[in-house]
Amino acid sequence: MLVKVQQEDFDPMAEMAAFPADAIAGAGGSVTFIGTVRDYSEATDILAMEIEHYPGMTERELELISAEAARRYDILDSLVVHRYGRLAPQDNIVMVAVWSRHRAAAFDACRFLIDVLKTSAPFWKKEITPEGVRWVTDCPGCRAGSREGHTHAPLVSHSHTLLK
Amino acid sequence: MIHVKFFASVRERIGMGEISLPMPEGGATVADVLALAEGEAGVVLQGAHLLAAVNLRHVPFSDVVRDGDEVAFFPPVTGG
Repeated sequence: MLVKVQQEDFDPMAEMAAFPADAIAGAGGSVTFIGTVRDYSEATDILAMEIEHYPGMTERELELISAEAARRYDILDSLVVHRYGRLAPQDNIVMVAVWSRHRAAAFDACRFLIDVLKTSAPFWKKEITPEGVRWVTDCPGCRAGSREGHTHAPLVSHSHTLLK
Repeated sequence: MIHVKFFASVRERIGMGEISLPMPEGGATVADVLALAEGEAGVVLQGAHLLAAVNLRHVPFSDVVRDGDEVAFFPPVTGG
């Protein structure tokens, strides 16, 4: 598995071409997800997006998720690249690529990786809009104002404890 | 010492990115560490949606903290 957390842009095809060939020998295919910055939010345009992360923990979480994907699905290997810093609409944010002998495992593992990444890897998005800046709060439990401990992804069965 | 870090909206609310606190005698949980940091900052994050990590791992607030640990507090993550 390979995990990259970086400020600079990436070229998905070049990243895949550069992946160690011996790790994916025997692959019958690959599935790639590429996430980009939307130019709209709930009620406004987005001029730019700032992504903050927790260096060290981010890489560790992505490696944990990648290892879990390899355990759950019959895949050969995976690649995750995630950017941080200031991004513009249409810019690449994230890519997940999975190689496998047969397609089903690659589709499933790719979906698993991007879904779990969204709920456990410590990245935070801040939208820069014409009306000002706002932190994105994507957690459905948070949106609903739930404080009793809604659970996130399979790997992160933490709850949002109300502390006082 | 306990090394405490704050990220994203939590960092902005508490007004600092990190702080080192002496290890309380008698031990401390993650929730205790947050209370100590709030005291230092003069800010209460009451009602905030918070997650915590110790030594780069997601943990519940009831986990016990050890001397030298890095404890982080942050809002629900929104990457991807």
